[in-house]
Amino acid sequence: MSEPKNYTLLVVTENNIGLLNHISIVFTRRKQNILSLTASESKIKGIYTFTIVVKAVKDLVTKIARQIEKIIGVHKVFVYTDEEIVYQEIALYKMSRNFKNNGFNLEKIIREQHARILSIEEDYILIEKTGHKDETEELLRILEPHGLLQFIRSGRVAIAKPMKPLEEHLQELDNQYNY
Amino acid sequence: MEVQTLLKTSKHTAVKLSGAEAVIKTLINEGVEKIFGYPGGAIMPIYDAIYDYLDVVTHYLPRHEQGAIHAAEAYAKISGKTGVVFATSGPGATNLITGLANAMVDSTPLVCITGQVSSQLLGYDAFQETDVVGVSMPVTKWNYQVTSADEIMEVISKAFYIASTGRPGPVLIDITKDAQMSKTDYLYQKVSRVAAYYPYPKIEDEQVKKAAILINQAQRPLILAGQGVKLSRAEELLVKLSEKANIPVAATLWGLTAFPSSHSNYVGMLGMHGNYAPNILTNEADLIIAIGMRFDDRVTGKTSEYAKSAKIIHIEIDKSEIDKIIRTDVAVVGDAREVLSKLIPLVENKQHEHWLEQFKELRKTECDQVIREAINPQTPGLKMAEIIHRISEKTKGEAVVIADVGQHQMMTARYFKFKYHNHFITSGGLGTMGFGLPASFGASVASPDKPVVLFVGDGGFQMTIQELATIANNRANVKIVVLNNNFLGMVRQWQQLFNQKRYSFTTMQNPDFTKIAGAYGLKANKLLKRENIDEILNEMFANDEPYFLEVEIEKEENVFPMVPPNESVSNMLLKADY
Repeated sequence: MSEPKNYTLLVVTENNIGLLNHISIVFTRRKQNILSLTASESKIKGIYTFTIVVKAVKDLVTKIARQIEKIIGVHKVFVYTDEEIVYQEIALYKMSRNFKNNGFNLEKIIREQHARILSIEEDYILIEKTGHKDETEELLRILEPHGLLQFIRSGRVAIAKPMKPLEEHLQELDNQYNY
Repeated sequence: MEVQTLLKTSKHTAVKLSGAEAVIKTLINEGVEKIFGYPGGAIMPIYDAIYDYLDVVTHYLPRHEQGAIHAAEAYAKISGKTGVVFATSGPGATNLITGLANAMVDSTPLVCITGQVSSQLLGYDAFQETDVVGVSMPVTKWNYQVTSADEIMEVISKAFYIASTGRPGPVLIDITKDAQMSKTDYLYQKVSRVAAYYPYPKIEDEQVKKAAILINQAQRPLILAGQGVKLSRAEELLVKLSEKANIPVAATLWGLTAFPSSHSNYVGMLGMHGNYAPNILTNEADLIIAIGMRFDDRVTGKTSEYAKSAKIIHIEIDKSEIDKIIRTDVAVVGDAREVLSKLIPLVENKQHEHWLEQFKELRKTECDQVIREAINPQTPGLKMAEIIHRISEKTKGEAVVIADVGQHQMMTARYFKFKYHNHFITSGGLGTMGFGLPASFGASVASPDKPVVLFVGDGGFQMTIQELATIANNRANVKIVVLNNNFLGMVRQWQQLFNQKRYSFTTMQNPDFTKIAGAYGLKANKLLKRENIDEILNEMFANDEPYFLEVEIEKEENVFPMVPPNESVSNMLLKADY
């Protein structure tokens, strides 16, 4: 039995009501926790992509992917390891403006961390950083002792490394079936 | 039909209909003749609309929504058509859930139409409002909520397409009351394609070739035939394959009748209470050819010890079944009939006499140690198998047979000699006690020219006993045979074998069933003694009227052989080793 590790599922779907529920049921039934989930329209109008991260053994992930593929409204499920994709997460940090200034240079930190300031309000500053989890965590650790008010991180979005456009996948799929 | 054609071809003639009437007309356009349903507040407009169409469709009123859906399932299995169910919102709809789960796992095409509260009340906890789409999602192939009359024609046609194509399954359409009442232009067009739904995989020739190579090399091949063989109508091709390469064929519970039981290559039923030879020899085979089956745990026993010396070919239309339980060497994804028609020409003529002989020997062992005594007992008490055997002999395979769930179900599967495709209906994957009685009614609707014989235990019978009224009202030709041991027999058997006879809540104090059946207006009788069997069976089959028979059977009879739970199929026991 292989060790559990992170897999990213790219689920290519129609824009149907209830699909998210249907997809999540596949995980719930096997008592698997979804680590992160995002959904957005792809470059093809009406075709959506769910990016789902799950930590499990490969065999189980393959079975989950096949069950999701069976759902009416799902075109295809791609399963990738972290090495096969380029992925990012976005994190937002809300900092109090009353941070203790004992050697703390916010501007310098933001520059070094490749973060940026989204807005400066009367009471707080809003900072954004994009990257992998360990990168956004790093900034979190730095900011936390200095008056961090709030932190939130998005789910993963990912793009696969292999050079094949979505249209081609959908066309291939079409050729594999009779109607 | 004229009206339909007109409606289909010309936009100008589109008639304004209520959504409810559009439901009925679309059902008729989809070829529906029989509907099983139960009215209620949120589906009243549809019930009002059907009142004008009763010359075209027949509606049957069961006494519970669960009865409607089990009846529809049996109707669908026998007729080959999609079963249709009506139910109202809230409790009406939730009463369908068991039936949906049953149809889902047994791959039965159903279209269930539920009424729903008006769309402006959705989410307000209105009277009889339940989130039926949410509740039914895990147990339907597809479901959808209609909130506008304009959607009705396309959605219902889509429902039939999805339910009946690929691996069949149940679909639920929830229609709000306002959508039923508002007007729409009736424009029906049959749906023949649905976005992101791929029911018919093209067969990969390469995989077929690989399968043929394995078959041609095999010394001890074994075919496992499942329901998929029947659903794709591949029965004749299966005979061809088995004869050409001289391969023994075993069947799953739902695969019974997929291969003629009289054929010399037929080796019996698989599974926990199946036949001895195919279970034992599964672990001797060097090639398993699984066709339209899903390696249910009741078939495989302990998977880590299942068919370890065999290569596995899996022919299956549902890709998600491949490698789900048993890892395959060659998977051919596709319709069984199509795959077999491509495979047979590549398969060489072969003889496996010695291998087939091994099955015959074990068959003889089972006959000597189990079957002979079971059908012709030498002890005083009546036995399940002998009753089933006698009715089988009496009807000569011409009856449609329904079994509920439990010991009598396994006995029916083991001892009834089936002759025709789709003449045996039971709740397979879900094991739904209470399925039998309503299913027997649905079966008689689908097959009015043949008697329907229901074998049911005293437990399962009481779970849907109210359907006696449906059978009585419709004078359905159903012969109800309650095999009464005053026990929940299968659970009691396990308690005896594995829980040191601690009979925890498995005894039943039953009423006089014949009085109940009599009160419903059925001819009812009780069989207590062996010498009365002939006389009573003659009376039972004397006419086309429903008949109720309670058989007092031996209280602590067990079903054997048996693969003990979580053990390897080759550890099948012929009798209890207490």
